[in-house]
Amino acid sequence: MEYFLELFLGGLTRGSIYALIALGYTMVYGIIELINFAHGEIYMIGAFTALIVASVLNIMGFGPITILILAMVLAVVYSCAYGFTMEKIAYKPLRHSTRLAPLISAIGMSIFFQNYVLLAQTSDFLPFPSLLPELEFLEPYAFIIRSSEVFIILTTLVVMVLLTLLIKFTRIGKAMRATAQDRTMAMLVGVDVNRVISTTFIIGSSMAAIGGVLIASHIGQINFYIGFIAGIKAFTAAVLGGIGSIPGAVLGSLVLGWTESFATGYISSDYEDVFAFGFLVLILIFRPAGLLGKTTTQKV
Amino acid sequence: MRKFFTLAEMKKSLLMAVWFIFLTFPIMVVRVNPIYKVVEWRWQNLVLVGVSAFFLSFLWRYFLAYKKPAPAKSPLETSARKGKLSELQRHPAARRAGIFLAATLAVAFPYIFSTYQVNIMTTALIYVVLGLGLNIVVGLAGLLDLGYVAFYAVGAYSYALLNFHFGLSFWVCLPIGAAMAALFGIILGFPVLRLRGDYLAIVTLGFGEIIRLVLENWNEFSKGPSGIAGIPRPGIVGVEMSLNTSSIFLYFLMIGLALLTILVVTRLRNSRIGRAWIALREDEIACQAMGVDKTKTKLTAFALGATWAGMGGVIFAAKTTFINPASFTFLESAIILSIVVLGGMGSIIGVIASAFILILLPEYLRAFSEYRMLIFGAVLVIMMVFRPQGLISNVRQTYRFKGLQEENKEGDIK
Amino acid sequence: MTAVLTITGLTMDFGGLRAVDNVNLDVRQGEIVALIGPNGAGKTTLFNCITGIYKPTAGDIVATPPGGPAKTIHGLKPNQVTEIGLARTFQNIRLFSNMTVLENVMIGRHCRTTSKILGAVLRDGHTRREEAEIVAFSYQLLERVRLERHVNDFARNLPYGAQRRLEIARALATEPFLLLLDEPAAGMNPHETKELDELISRIRAEMDISILLIEHDMKLVMNISDRIFVMEYGKEIAVGTPLEIRGNPKVIEAYLGEEAHA
Repeated sequence: MEYFLELFLGGLTRGSIYALIALGYTMVYGIIELINFAHGEIYMIGAFTALIVASVLNIMGFGPITILILAMVLAVVYSCAYGFTMEKIAYKPLRHSTRLAPLISAIGMSIFFQNYVLLAQTSDFLPFPSLLPELEFLEPYAFIIRSSEVFIILTTLVVMVLLTLLIKFTRIGKAMRATAQDRTMAMLVGVDVNRVISTTFIIGSSMAAIGGVLIASHIGQINFYIGFIAGIKAFTAAVLGGIGSIPGAVLGSLVLGWTESFATGYISSDYEDVFAFGFLVLILIFRPAGLLGKTTTQKV
Repeated sequence: MRKFFTLAEMKKSLLMAVWFIFLTFPIMVVRVNPIYKVVEWRWQNLVLVGVSAFFLSFLWRYFLAYKKPAPAKSPLETSARKGKLSELQRHPAARRAGIFLAATLAVAFPYIFSTYQVNIMTTALIYVVLGLGLNIVVGLAGLLDLGYVAFYAVGAYSYALLNFHFGLSFWVCLPIGAAMAALFGIILGFPVLRLRGDYLAIVTLGFGEIIRLVLENWNEFSKGPSGIAGIPRPGIVGVEMSLNTSSIFLYFLMIGLALLTILVVTRLRNSRIGRAWIALREDEIACQAMGVDKTKTKLTAFALGATWAGMGGVIFAAKTTFINPASFTFLESAIILSIVVLGGMGSIIGVIASAFILILLPEYLRAFSEYRMLIFGAVLVIMMVFRPQGLISNVRQTYRFKGLQEENKEGDIK
Repeated sequence: MTAVLTITGLTMDFGGLRAVDNVNLDVRQGEIVALIGPNGAGKTTLFNCITGIYKPTAGDIVATPPGGPAKTIHGLKPNQVTEIGLARTFQNIRLFSNMTVLENVMIGRHCRTTSKILGAVLRDGHTRREEAEIVAFSYQLLERVRLERHVNDFARNLPYGAQRRLEIARALATEPFLLLLDEPAAGMNPHETKELDELISRIRAEMDISILLIEHDMKLVMNISDRIFVMEYGKEIAVGTPLEIRGNPKVIEAYLGEEAHA
């Protein structure tokens, strides 16, 4: 039972991180129908920024709370800046192109960012400082859950609530929903579509950055390649839940997190990714639109 | 064309420079070593970024404006403004001269250049074959396959394992590898080809990863990450070959396979099946309503594409004599896909040209070897922004009819 | 006269919405039948059910090729329906825009030809002969719809009216016994509509093909059709000759009424 609980919470943690990244995929897809392949790299850049900021501040002798806050804020700011710039350079000029062109552009961006960080920083794994404080009352349960896991789950929960509020109740949220439904129509009724798209990238990037910082301090090391595999997993989660659907992305992420956690825990740890992808293939075969995706009848 | 060195433009570029300095500051300027707690400040990079951003932003805006007169075109929609390459391609005399030149060069190559060069050329030819194979799937049939490398791996491991366990020779394994890859194509294709474009993309990507991970972890079967060594090069029965001759032999073998691929793909493209693929890519519903069996047609494309990857894999294993799962990552799929897209979807000459460019350029730019993937990524983006139709755009076969002669200009006949 | 198409009790639901509600319809051999009704009446949905794009919720669709046995076609795939001998055009033109005009028609020959991959690669006698036949057949059809001048043009470069005619030629290439036309005159000027009128009549007369068409152009419909079916809100509200329909108060209220006021 304890083992089960450990796996359950481990899966929940994983799922939370996937959710933070998957939301960026699903929101961008919902609005411009693009698989933003480089989204994982934004997450990686967020983690690197946090690492750099934290190290510099640490050497300058700042306290842990200040470091945590500044590292988190700057990671979010920089990830947003990268996400925003990437959209302007690699996707905006391709807005009226065929569907394959922006996807190739995204793959190009992803390769570019990986090598950019590789060349400007290092190809080695860097130790990531544990920015998150240890919770003492959790000490007796350390074999089941670590404090960083608690932080990850709680932060994700808060971010989800904020995102929901933003999309449901704010002006820009309404504009986003309108654009997702019908871009041309939204444009005709006066929605500034370019602004909506930029905002979507910024929101997605900031969530990815939060995820990046959290997971990096949970695992304790990063390199230039972490974005790729996390990105693919998160995208898998988004597709699993039904791409374009925000609750779907969260559900898909949790399902994927648990699948991986239980499969590696009870079957074999060598095949973690095989389980994830195998599961995706199975789901799509039996539910081609994903768990919460709508099966749309194509209009003829 | 508006002026590009006005004050307003300067201001824009200056703004860009400031923005990029801000953007790249933490990653380009600061480098920390968390173990020794040392920070290295590389201020020279800041200047570098600023100056490059300033000038590149001029170029960027200039070319974007240049592109504007023909806005919002789909990659294939360029019949009005064909590239120079495709113009040349249409000129019969130039075509013949070009083919003759290429043939002479291809035959003479191994006798002029070193074995090292010959090996590089063989690699490039493998990519030509892979590119043309994937071109069937992505370019003609419009099925976005991000896991093409899986079939390449199937081919390579078929040869390596069959040779290791049963001592089967290259010539026996070449068709077996191709057939195995085709079989995998059908097994995967059958359930997933019903999926819509993006879902298909991610499932094929997942499949590619699954194959690689299984090869990496199933030690009893594939010897895991350490791979399989000592794979024999292809030979002719009774002929002893030195390393040098066997490289040349492999080179000519690859030339032969590339020619065969070109022949097959060209003929398929203008056949009943090829037309059905293109129609399916253009409009799935209309295509079905015109009596084309969607599943069967897609499956044929998928399996046929896989077949070429399988053959490429067998030759790759024979060439390197050592394979391990690290050769079959997603990056490989991305490179092959880029060859297809940069060449111009569906264009055969374009795919060949871009295979040579993408594989040879990094090889000969060894001085920049560190930067080659960086440049590769950037080139993909720049190409998509400025020339999404690829090097050579869509060319269709034309027909001549009696009574229409006077209206057909000579140049219309390919 | 025998019926080539018989639809009984056809119903199509989308979630809670009943787009087609218990419709009965038949087309007899050599007939031109029009299907009319206000926008959203379920006409195109009915077409999609017949041609296999949608699977109807309930009801039967039976096609009887002239001289052949009756075949149940609901639930078949679109390509199987086409193979039996029903071909259609689309309301929003769906041509293969990056293929040439001739190639568009050649696709229609797909289900009547047999060349396989091996044949295409080897280019044996059978394949070459078949290919030549496809080209010749398609070209003749283009002559029939007066598009022969455009054979080698990309389909997307054709003017609107010509694109509609190309869709008809493409459908004819599948050698149907029943042709389904979804608003063939939409977006055409009066001159083009008149040409289309002649074309449809010629197709029936010269090629022995029955025709079922959806159309809003009342002049064309009244002119050309032998019988008219009227739909409103998914239900069939009237059937009859153009004369009967013209006088039917229900139809006038539902549909022609708009025209009368206009």
